[in-house]
Amino acid sequence: MEKFEKLTGIAAPMPLVNIDTDMIIPKQFLKTIKRSGLGVHAFAEMRYDQEGNENPDFVLNKPAYRESKIIVAGDNFGCGSSREHAPWALADFGIKCVISTSFADIFFNNCFKNGILPIVLPQEDIDKLMDDAERGANAVVTVDLENQVITGPDGGEVKFEVDAFKKHCLLNGLDDIGLTMEKAPAIEAFEATASQARPWV
Amino acid sequence: MSPKTLYDKIWDAHLVDEQADGTCLLYIDRHLVHEVTSPQAFEGLRLTHRKVHAPDKTIAVPDHNVPTTQGRENPEQMTEDSRIQVQALDTNAKEFGIHYYPVSDVRQGIVHIVGPEQGWTLPGMTVVCGDSHTATHGAFGALAHGIGTSEVEHVLATQTLIQKKSKNMKVEITGKLKPGVTAKDITLAVIGKTGTAGGTGYVIEYCGEAIRDLSMEGRMTVCNMAIEGGARAGLIAPDETTFEYVKGRPHAPKGAQWETALEWWKTLYSDDDAQWDKVVTLKGEEIEPVVTWGTSPEDVLPIGATVPAPEDFEGGKVEAARRSLDYMGLKPGTPLSEIKIDAVFIGSCTNGRIEDLREVAKVVKGKKVAEGVRAMIVPGSGLVRAQAEEEGLADIFAEAGFEWRLAGCSMCLAMNPDQLAPGERCASTSNRNFEGRQGYKGRTHLMSPAMAAAAAVTGHLTDVRELS
Ligand code: SF4
Repeated sequence: MEKFEKLTGIAAPMPLVNIDTDMIIPKQFLKTIKRSGLGVHAFAEMRYDQEGNENPDFVLNKPAYRESKIIVAGDNFGCGSSREHAPWALADFGIKCVISTSFADIFFNNCFKNGILPIVLPQEDIDKLMDDAERGANAVVTVDLENQVITGPDGGEVKFEVDAFKKHCLLNGLDDIGLTMEKAPAIEAFEATASQARPWV
Repeated sequence: MSPKTLYDKIWDAHLVDEQADGTCLLYIDRHLVHEVTSPQAFEGLRLTHRKVHAPDKTIAVPDHNVPTTQGRENPEQMTEDSRIQVQALDTNAKEFGIHYYPVSDVRQGIVHIVGPEQGWTLPGMTVVCGDSHTATHGAFGALAHGIGTSEVEHVLATQTLIQKKSKNMKVEITGKLKPGVTAKDITLAVIGKTGTAGGTGYVIEYCGEAIRDLSMEGRMTVCNMAIEGGARAGLIAPDETTFEYVKGRPHAPKGAQWETALEWWKTLYSDDDAQWDKVVTLKGEEIEPVVTWGTSPEDVLPIGATVPAPEDFEGGKVEAARRSLDYMGLKPGTPLSEIKIDAVFIGSCTNGRIEDLREVAKVVKGKKVAEGVRAMIVPGSGLVRAQAEEEGLADIFAEAGFEWRLAGCSMCLAMNPDQLAPGERCASTSNRNFEGRQGYKGRTHLMSPAMAAAAAVTGHLTDVRELS
């Protein structure tokens, strides 16, 4: 996994609440056996019309936001399915950070496995960042994971919280399967005890 | 000993390791796998030369993509990309030596119906699947939740999952349900009350008389949609209804092991003085048959209500409601029962079980699907289908003019050819009414099987209690 240390880029405003995983990546694009190449399909049904032409009103189609690396979103971003295709599509598009008041649980977890940092902030901070994000090409925001600070275009700072273990994995680009396999003795010990206690499992 | 919730008890029984910051390693008893979210995980194992840690605890079945029409063993029936996914699952199941139910097997069906049906899902277990509706299995008092593909790979490789403990939420449904009100109405009514983010960060335990009175099928319907309420998992404490359902299933314990298991299962309940981080209570008698009007499962109203206006809401929801109404082609103030439909979909892991089909049959027996309505029934598994045929339900459906399909996810998410056309409106027993969920620009109203059946025969959303 790619390391996430400091990210500077355009933040796109998506104030809509409940942006679900079907919006982020519609199901017709789940029929892939790969992880890559989904960026062109991100937000497909909002981004393109039925003939595949770009909808000029959709934020990521506007010239200022085509290279966005950050999304500032309405409440409950990523609700819906467990599809990891959602963060795959975002990452492939170039989005490395999503900021909202709340996220759906599975989506939130999936982000960390794919080098995307989801940040939860209170409404007043989101309002401020949403204003910043409305500034088009000037909506340049820096997210510093090490110091847990977001810096807006005017130099204003917002602190954020992040789970220590997830931060560690993201900063170092660690694969957590490898980390867990180091605990093989504990897993085996658990299995030995459990097979006595609950032999039917 | 400090009092515990059911969630606490199952959690503690599966804890392999806990770090100082609360990051835990949880042992997984059952891992269910389907074709859409697993290929990249198996590929990951191959690339890193890892094996499946516990193949005998891993069960695979294709469901999302498979056609539901006759002759589907013929791969020509699938689009190329679907065929590649299903064939990848065939190959992976064989190569990694896991349990597998291919489409040619009568036991094939939606993964969340097959697990319980075969006795893979048992009380007190931890169950995961690369699918958010894994919450379904919580009906057995099993801690069951959806995971992403990276986590699928993690479970395949280690049989564990890295987790932090969620908070405990109690949802109590007191009293009795009125006639015509079902498990689906309960679960939708709860989401209508708490919102789709109300359960975020929680594991919900459903309890109360109305829940106790439900069959296992009904309990699965309730837990299935815990995820629509934002919760990672839903739980119902196991009781005699649960044990009765589980007993004799192919993979349930037998003989002396059954007795040992039963002894432990009977300890799986929340202690009286257990602490809850959040409590929600609904009165069973006050729950009405409900339908959704918008594009979020929280957009729930009793069938007697009218379509709301964006101004009825606050904050970001005003814009979301405006967008929903526009997408759904609905005008504020329209009585819900006047909304005409083009299609009916009965099925999915929410409502594709035998009891659901019996309810539909009760409503449509001797009636006809309304002129111009396309109505489809897709049983949740091959065994549900066989049982419905044996009970004569299939004949009732055929006489009424329903299409009677083979098992799969079908128009719940429309990854196979079963889809709505743009603008088509559907009365659906599935769980999600998101934009495009049942087909590009398709419009979905969620409801119970009885309500969907009523809509099928009248051609518009209908209070099933008003049908003679
Ligand atoms: S029936 Fe629908 S919700 Fe259930 S597993 Fe299939 S696609 Fe998902």
